[in-house]
This record gives sequence, structure tokens and C-alpha cells, in this order.
Amino acid sequence: MDQRAPNLLDEALGLVDEEKTKPWPLSSRVVLVEDRVETSGAFVLHHLLKRALSPHSSNDVVVFLAFSQPFSHYDRVLRKLGCNLTAQRENNRFFFLDLLMSEFPDGDEGNKDGLVALYGKIEKVVSTSFQENKKCITIVIDDFSLMEVAANGATNYVLDFLRYCHTLTLAFGCSLVVLNHEDIYSSIERPALILQMEYLADILIKAEPLATGLATDVHGQLTVLNKEIRDEQGSSRNKICNFHFRVKENGVEYFYPGSKT
Amino acid sequence: MAESICRALRDGALQGEHAPALTIKDSIASPFGFHVFTHLLTQLSSNILAAKSQSRGLVLVALSRSPSFYLDLLNRKGFDVASSQKWIEILDCYTDPLGWKDALLASGNGGSLSNEASTGASLCRNVKDMDKLYSSIIELGKGIVGQGKVRFCVAIDSVNEILRHASISSVAGLLSNLRSNDRVSSIFWLSHSDLHEDRVTAVLEYMSSMVASIEPLNQSANGHRCNWESLPLLKCNYWKGKFHVRFKRRNGRVRVMSEEFHVEQSAINFRSISSEDEIVNRSLLPKMQFNLQLSEKEQIDRAKVVLPFEHQGTGKPIQIYDGRRSLTDGNSEAEPVSTGILQTNENSSKGEIIYLRDSDDERPDSDEDPDDDLDI
Repeated sequence: MDQRAPNLLDEALGLVDEEKTKPWPLSSRVVLVEDRVETSGAFVLHHLLKRALSPHSSNDVVVFLAFSQPFSHYDRVLRKLGCNLTAQRENNRFFFLDLLMSEFPDGDEGNKDGLVALYGKIEKVVSTSFQENKKCITIVIDDFSLMEVAANGATNYVLDFLRYCHTLTLAFGCSLVVLNHEDIYSSIERPALILQMEYLADILIKAEPLATGLATDVHGQLTVLNKEIRDEQGSSRNKICNFHFRVKENGVEYFYPGSKT
Repeated sequence: MAESICRALRDGALQGEHAPALTIKDSIASPFGFHVFTHLLTQLSSNILAAKSQSRGLVLVALSRSPSFYLDLLNRKGFDVASSQKWIEILDCYTDPLGWKDALLASGNGGSLSNEASTGASLCRNVKDMDKLYSSIIELGKGIVGQGKVRFCVAIDSVNEILRHASISSVAGLLSNLRSNDRVSSIFWLSHSDLHEDRVTAVLEYMSSMVASIEPLNQSANGHRCNWESLPLLKCNYWKGKFHVRFKRRNGRVRVMSEEFHVEQSAINFRSISSEDEIVNRSLLPKMQFNLQLSEKEQIDRAKVVLPFEHQGTGKPIQIYDGRRSLTDGNSEAEPVSTGILQTNENSSKGEIIYLRDSDDERPDSDEDPDDDLDI
């Protein structure tokens, strides 16, 4: 399988430039990936990780905040996609922050201080990389609901943390990719956290099951809402794309509804 | 109506009255409140620079976007933000609103100072302090227009961000103080109505003389969550919506006006509501091989079909076909309606319904009880 061939997800995000002659289209943008129990959106993160660490350029750095899985998990998954995370980590291109067992100190101040310290760590890595001329920095958070758990449910502080990470996208041109689960907020009358994230996001990627139910060949549908795409002329346009996907062992297949042969 | 709002903000406050205040209200189903905000910002800036407005300056409280974003935006629209005559001041509540970066620097764990400082915007490190926020805004405004009686406008890009850190009563106090300050010409702010309780939105609306609501074209039954089910409709209509404005007059009269908006290439355009859109929506049938439309001839023929239970009003007595009389009955009548072949008027050509009922062969036998053959 030609892993460099652009697929529908790449097209929807504008990641079709293989030679990287144009700037990384996700620079200074916030990407929110929403998934559900039936359709995990982790494959989107893996795909973006692979694209961010492409071998064509050595200017790319990824700062990965892992609340959900250990490094070995991502290493195994990305190896099947043709990306060696261990090597990238050794080359200082992949910074893995293992926050699996982290729990911020008790109490209101403890939660805040924990998040402030975490932000400080990220900012240090980002600014150091930026000074080393690494201009395409991607911050990935997997996943945001677990960050809320680690912060003992301090939603406001967690939102503050997100806002502070947002300032990094502007100051250093990095992209921010966050995964969150849509269905855990569905019973709440006003799900402020997920709504705040949707307002903040420049690109919203939703992984949902099919409206018609389960199917063996199609695992779900992906809807990509791109609020603003700037092209070379400086003009911008907006786009909504929808297509189906099937998660395979060594990758994901994307296709338009009805075109699966 | 966007034009009316711009005029109201431009004309400003009357002597002895509070400054006009506008709430721009949107929701996630149609999240274009920020486009409206920037549209009004540029319109007001244009009026200020052309000396057409009561105010001579603008203080922008930036919470959800950085000052450099606004400076870039104004530069792209052709405004000279670096001119010697200062007309805009930005209070930067975006870069470090809670003093985290300051705390990190102090403890030696922080990175370098962000390059936001170079834009010249005033930095606010504590958005929780309403008094400090108020005095910073007034100070910045006086810095533009001087100490005399000249007024300035205030724009707040996200009341929601302030509400995350302060209670609604203190935020209401801030807005009220700004409105009643005699140096403030007009004030407007953006609020996402689905991020807070209804009472918070109500408080903001009570404090405003104008409320501009942004709503999607097709309201989903799901309320605040984005309706992704009707995707073809969403693709077409997501970037459009309705723009309702409620004006509160001094005499208490409330006037409501509506328009439609369309967001194209990060610019928002307004136009009055027309009936053309009904036709557009009807033609949103999915494209497929079957023809679901009717030709004109087919539409005429359909209109000519006589429905069985409908009063035709042709003047002749109408026998309503009840489905029980067979073909042989009623031959003597002028209108052989009971056969099921309905007589249409002589001028009609092809509109006919031929209905042959299965049970016509059976003789209706009212004496017999149909349940008699049951063996209980």
C-alpha cells in the first residue's frame, strides 16, 4: 500500500502536498477530533501523527500528551503505519509526555498548579524547538476527557489550560490536535466543555457510526468541518466533507458512501 | 439589521442617557457570532476614522483572539493601525489572562516571553478582577481621546471568557458601569448563549439596548447540538442563517427586524429575507436516476383527478361511493357512480380513477352474523 498517497482525509485537511513546498496547512490551527464508543477516533490521531512526522522534512516536532495509552501502544500502532516513534523520540522530533498515572495534587490550588506546571513543560519544549528552527510543531492531546479526570474534575482549569495552549498556536505557529469523546457529554444539559472546544476548533473531525447501524465493510463515517482554508492567494473558503471509513490492520481506508467495491 | 446596528453604535449615547449596548448572541448550531463581531468592528472603525461617529476611539478587550489577530484583520481591511494618530487600543486578556506565564517565569520554569508584547497592546494578567478590568478599559480609552468630553467605544470579544472567571453579578456590574460612564459612546460584546444558563443570557439581554441573535436556517430539534443528520442540507446551509435584531427604544417599545446572512470566505454578507429561498430548498432533492419531479402536463392531469370523497360542486347530485354497491346495481341512475367509475365532467380528457373492489362479487347479507360459523 502506498502510504504516501493522499486519501480523502488528507484532502479534507489540505495535507496533499507531498514535497512540503507549502507550509503545513495545520499550522496555527486547532483540530478537534470527536469520537464515540462505537467509533473510536484514535485512528485520526495516528494518521495525523504519521503525517506530522513525515520523513520529507526534519523540521517537524510532535509534543504528545498521553493520558490514555503508554508509549509502547503508539509505537506498535505507528510501526504498522510505517513510522518509527522510537527513532523519532531519539532524534528529538517526538516528545512523549507520559501522563497515564498522573494525578494532580488534591485541592483546588493543587489542580491549578499541576496544570500550570504541565503547560510550562509544553511551552519549554515548544519554544526550545522553535529556537532550533523547527517550525512545524504539533501538540497532540490524547485524550481531553482523561485530562479532566486527572485534574479531579476541575473543568474550568482544564479549559484555561486549553486556552493557554491556544496561545502557543499563535505565538509559535504550532498546531493543536485534541481528541475528546462526544457521547460522554450527551446527558449533560449544557455540555460547556465540549461546546467550548467546538467553538475554539478551526477544524472539527467527527467519527460517528452510520445512521443505518452496524456494517462489516464500513466501520463508520467521518465528517470534517474545515472552518477556513487559506490558499496561496490569501483568500479563504470553508468546507464540509463526509465520507466513510474502514479501519484495517495496517491503515484506514476512506471512501465515499456507496463507492465501496 | 446590520446597518441599523452600525448606525446605532456610530451615533452613540445621548446626553444624560446610558450608552447603547449590543449583545451578539449565537450558538453552536450557527457559530458565526464572531463574524458579526468583526464585521461591526470594521464598520465602527471605518466610521471613527472618517469622523462620522460620536466616538473618536475604540477600546477592544481581546479575550478569545490575540491582539495581533485583530491588527492583522484591520490591516487586511485597509485600516492604518500604525498611524501616528492613535484611534484603537487593545486590552490583551488573551495572552496571559490568569498570570500563568508570569508565575512560570518567576519560578524559572517558563519558556521565553511570548512575542505578544511587541504589538504594543496592554497586557491584563488577571481577568478575575472586574474593578481592575474596568479601570484599565477607561484608562485606555482616555489615553486615545484625552481628558476632555470626547467619547470612545468599547468592544468585548467574549463575555463567556469573563464569565468563566467571575460571577454574573460582577460581570453585570462591569457592563453596567461601562454603559453609565459618560466617556463611553457605545459598547458591544459577543456571547455564546449555549455556554451558560438561560438566566445569564437573560441578564446580558436585559442590559442591552440591542440584541442580535444568530440562528441557523433550519432549526434542529436537538437544540444546542449541531445537527449532522441531514448532511446535504448542512453542506448547503451551514454557512447561512438568520439574523434577528431586537431594538429596545427609550419609550419602551421593542422593534424586531430580521435578515439573512451568508458567510463566504471569512466575510459575512447580509440581505433581506426573500421567498426565493423556498424554491432553492425545494430543489435540494438528492440527484438520482429516477425522476421525482412532475412535468407540467403531469401536474395538470393530477389536478384534474376527481378524488372519491371530495365534493366536486358541479351542481349535479353527487353519490358518494361507499364501496359496497356492485357493478349491476344502480344502472337506472343517471350517474353510475356505484360502478366505481367516477364520471368526471365532459371537458376532462384523461383524469380517471378506475377502482374495482374485490368484495363486489359478494352479496351483502345483513341477516347473517359473520361469526355464526365459529365453533366455540
